Amino acid sequence: MNSAINFSAWLRADGRKGIRNVIVVAYLVECAHHVSRMIVNRADDIDVHLIGFPGCYPNQYAYEMMRAVCTHPNVGGALLISLGCESMNREKLLSDIRASGRPAELLVIQEAGGTRSTIKSGVEAVARLQAQAAQVERVPMYLHELIVGTICGGSDGTSGITANPAVGRCFDALVAADAICIFEETGELIGCETIMADRAITPELGVEIEACVAKAEHYYRVMGFGSFAPGNADGGLTTLEEKSMGAYSKSGSSPISGLIKPGDIPPAGGLYLLDVVPDGEPRFGFPNISDNAEIIELIACGSQVILFTTGRGSVVGSAISPVIKICANPETYRRLAEDMDVNAGCILEGEATLDEVGEEILQNVIDVASGKRSISEELGHQEFILTYKAFEPIGPGCLPVRQIA
Amino acid sequence: MTEKSLAPLILLHPDDNILVCVKQIRAGDEISIEQEIIVSPIDIGVGHKVARFALAAGDKVYRYGAPIGSMVEAVAKGHHVHMHNMKSDYIPSHTRTRQIQYRSEE
Repeated sequence: MNSAINFSAWLRADGRKGIRNVIVVAYLVECAHHVSRMIVNRADDIDVHLIGFPGCYPNQYAYEMMRAVCTHPNVGGALLISLGCESMNREKLLSDIRASGRPAELLVIQEAGGTRSTIKSGVEAVARLQAQAAQVERVPMYLHELIVGTICGGSDGTSGITANPAVGRCFDALVAADAICIFEETGELIGCETIMADRAITPELGVEIEACVAKAEHYYRVMGFGSFAPGNADGGLTTLEEKSMGAYSKSGSSPISGLIKPGDIPPAGGLYLLDVVPDGEPRFGFPNISDNAEIIELIACGSQVILFTTGRGSVVGSAISPVIKICANPETYRRLAEDMDVNAGCILEGEATLDEVGEEILQNVIDVASGKRSISEELGHQEFILTYKAFEPIGPGCLPVRQIA
Repeated sequence: MTEKSLAPLILLHPDDNILVCVKQIRAGDEISIEQEIIVSPIDIGVGHKVARFALAAGDKVYRYGAPIGSMVEAVAKGHHVHMHNMKSDYIPSHTRTRQIQYRSEE
């Protein structure tokens, strides 16, 4: 890997670097959603994104996620929209974002005169935030400074043969370049726990990995459904562990350096597993109600780019970080070519090797980090979901790298 | 476009007892499995599995060299392996119309 590969990034006050300079408009309860959406629509800018949390009841996880995504390196400024009576601690969120060196403003609908008045004030606030964000210094960013997350959605029987192992090849190259790579969905790694634990850099981490998959299995058992959608079966997958083995190949073959939870930022280059299943007895329903709930957790862990593999054909993108779509199934690719960045299905047709597609994915990462819009980004996909969850902090065995450093 | 003569079934790992379909198979198509020509009784879609050998109820199913569940019914060599004759050893799968009844032993 050429260690001189670099791209122009936005330098944030905390030293982290962003490959985008997004302004987020965040509703702090569903009651402020419409006003926030109208502000984003009026701004009519591909780099002004709508995010938010719908709940009125307090939740520490939701607060930490909002703080993490509003202070993500791809974010240049934030406008918070509150109704006024919800539980989200808006003043603390505002001061946390400002403390990160970003411009941030807050509008409270109940104090701002209602819907029209808040939309008008919000549009003006976005313009001010954009002007401030445009002043941020641009600096070179190197491959080893990237954090890349991966997820699969709409998997089928081809995912584990083409797109997922090709992402694994790309991850191996990125980890070799000392970048940070994150894979996730412990509920979709059920059946892989022992082979995964064997890749941990310490025995203690291996124990933690097995425990977190056991936790996921218990959680999904209580829910009554595995993380397995009808489309998975249509596409030839029969069992959760079969889906898991395919999903697992996204991680590549590097040693696993740590186990993190949503909002934890990996301390050094390497491969990390993100535990997305809540701790304690199941309280708030399914761990991740759809793919974007996982994507935003990868972003909260610092991911600047997301690699999304799909067999059946997902079309989603995300707010904040660009999503690169890698299609596993050649028939799906032909149907949905306009939504896909990479056709890994060509491997099945003998037209490319896993290594070649892995290199193509890596080149896409470099291009998107350099400013090229991914296809979902160009199409305006900016999905965002945040729901209720509860997590305990990670245990001492989860990040051996931190102790070594 | 030139017609490619790629085999419609691939073996992912030497220890596997299933093959994965990588090119649509139609009912009546002849498929070659372990040096034997078998006439496929049904359509097999891309990504689906067929038995590499005759399998008995209770046999573990191997893909990528790893167990991915167990047979609940016997299946003949070359026939479809899916939700009608195989189950998870962890959590039952579900479809749009039903939750698969096979429960893994606690």
